[in-house]
Amino acid sequence: MKKLMMTAAAAALAIVATGFSASAAEKLKVGFIYLGPVGDLGWTYMHELGRQAMVKELGDKVETTYLENVSEGPDSERSIEQLARTGHQLIFTTSFGYMDPTLKVAKKYPKIKFEHATGFKNAPNMGTYSGRFYEGRYIQGVIAGKMSKTGTLGYIASFPIPEVISGINATILGAQTTNPNIKLKVIWVNTWFDPGKEADAAKALADQGADVIMQHTDSPAAMQVAAQRGIYAFGQDSDMIKFGPKTQLTSIVNNWGPYYTRAAKAALAGTWKAEDTWDGLKEKMVVMAPYTNMPDDVKALAQKTEAAIIGGTLHPFKCPVLGQDGKAVECKGANLEPGQILGMNFYVKGVDDKIPGK
Amino acid sequence: MQLVLEKRAERSTKIAILSPLLAIALTLVTMSILFAILGKNPVAALIVYFVEPLTDSFTLMEIAVKATPLVMIAIGLSLCYLANVWNIGAEGQFIMGAVCGSFLAVVTNGTDAGPWVLPAMLLMGAAGGALWALIPALCKVKFGANEILTSLMLVYVADLIMDYLVRGPWRDPKGMNFPTTASFDPVATVPTLFETGRIHWGALVALIVVALATVMLGRTIKGFEIRVVGAAPRAARFAGFNSKRLVLFTFAVSGALAGLAGIIEVAGPVGVLQPGISPGYGFTAIIVAFLGRLNPVGILIAGLFLALTFIGGEGAQISMKIPLDLTKVFQGILLFYVLACDSLILYRIRLIASQKKAAQGSIHGTA
Repeated sequence: MKKLMMTAAAAALAIVATGFSASAAEKLKVGFIYLGPVGDLGWTYMHELGRQAMVKELGDKVETTYLENVSEGPDSERSIEQLARTGHQLIFTTSFGYMDPTLKVAKKYPKIKFEHATGFKNAPNMGTYSGRFYEGRYIQGVIAGKMSKTGTLGYIASFPIPEVISGINATILGAQTTNPNIKLKVIWVNTWFDPGKEADAAKALADQGADVIMQHTDSPAAMQVAAQRGIYAFGQDSDMIKFGPKTQLTSIVNNWGPYYTRAAKAALAGTWKAEDTWDGLKEKMVVMAPYTNMPDDVKALAQKTEAAIIGGTLHPFKCPVLGQDGKAVECKGANLEPGQILGMNFYVKGVDDKIPGK
Repeated sequence: MQLVLEKRAERSTKIAILSPLLAIALTLVTMSILFAILGKNPVAALIVYFVEPLTDSFTLMEIAVKATPLVMIAIGLSLCYLANVWNIGAEGQFIMGAVCGSFLAVVTNGTDAGPWVLPAMLLMGAAGGALWALIPALCKVKFGANEILTSLMLVYVADLIMDYLVRGPWRDPKGMNFPTTASFDPVATVPTLFETGRIHWGALVALIVVALATVMLGRTIKGFEIRVVGAAPRAARFAGFNSKRLVLFTFAVSGALAGLAGIIEVAGPVGVLQPGISPGYGFTAIIVAFLGRLNPVGILIAGLFLALTFIGGEGAQISMKIPLDLTKVFQGILLFYVLACDSLILYRIRLIASQKKAAQGSIHGTA
């Protein structure tokens, strides 16, 4: 009798187990945590497009869920855990502020795979991913140096984190190759998304003589101001050409789709590992919008620069890199090390600004 | 033929009890229609919203976590509103409480400071919130400044002060320039109640606050004073109650409670001071206070109910792919119906044949 019950129990367990693994093999549940609304036309919108691209590619092998407008405060840990508890085996948290909450939940659910965008903390089941956006910034610098008549560029910056600082540095290094005397003015708006503030900053920069506006914030407000003033601007996150058909030179487009597809495929195949992924133009995580509103020679130069970065013959942070004081920054190889760029906390020569709080 | 709102001779107690229930019923009907328009099964959606979160220990605890700051702030606000004093700036008092309490957490970070840190932080948080609230109170008492405006404006000032601190002097040296302090040490953290889950001792503090407020309003002279000054200022003056001192008192108490909620939130579920510590708790608590009919127990229920809609809304996003915007619509509709139904306590709807009669001692309405 006892043996019979054991067999029955084992059989039941086996049924449950096979049923479970069968359904798991059929569909991978993938969850996304978004900072903004999916319709912000900026950061979150691009992640949403990435999710849609993944769904298109993998079809019914995946089932996806997203939670939008998740504040980086007390709510995010619960939202991430809600996804973990509801059978999502791969979870992308798409903003820096989710770093500690993601880590906490990842420790609690060691079998679930977590991917955190733009952070620096990881775990055996938590990887990070981000784009080498500075590559696109360098191309924008090259273009801006050619296009500016006043020789002054305006830069709307969000937070003095390494990603933003390396973007500012790459911009001026690129611009110096086409105009050695180029000036770069920076306004810190302390926000990622605030159309009002971004527009004010764009107006202030234009008033100070900047005739090419670039931004590390997410709304198209600055593009619209530049269009009104009849000066040039670069888009951010997505192709913003419809906000400035005669204004946009190009835009750095965040293209998360290939990465999300790759990560989901790895999870389906059982080969997923927690890694620190940092993809750029070559891997198409960073994509340049069409080069518009510029003469053909500038366009050709931009395309040449892009091809050189993709081909590996050009690195925006090629040594020697001079600091703001004119002294060369410590360099071990031919270019700055990835760690030096990921943790960048200094300006290069030519930036007319001081890093806030430093 | 015309619909008019006619003033009742006296408050209808029956309607006073029925009104919130009627409001909830109307909300459910409206929401069902909205769900149906979106092509979702209304019954299934309502179950996801209201029943599922109550059937699971994780979501139950999360409801408590979410309700804790809402209830604490709303209790304080209810004292103000009962006394006819309009503190709209609880959000700022919440932030200043968090800032003042965090000061200790930041300066003792990484040292071997003892267990005195957390209690001291809570005290400083309450004091910070109270002092911040006393600014509009003093402006009202001394200069007759409108407290609705001054308390609201100070929210943005508080927000910017916090912003400055976490970007500058208090920034985590190892935090890659991100605007956040270092993670608080264990001695500066509000402990959780159980091994698993995020419910923390702050939830018990909120319950104690509810109990104290019930006793104070129901059984003490101070509670009586608050009610009289609010309901009948002239009678209060004859009774010798000092309405100016009461303005200071209610603002200080509500500020202290909001500040305490702020430091508990930062030292509890968040664990660092950073922008975005409050997803609008100070403003949502105004809804909670009125939904709870300015009664402590009512506020406790209203706080839990509103928290339930947040958690249920999240569940609906996950399992039924219902957009978050609908949860916000839902909360708005609920408040709308609560206020609309409340008018039935003092007025009754009547159908009147001609306009002549309607003019006699009744108020025209579009109801």
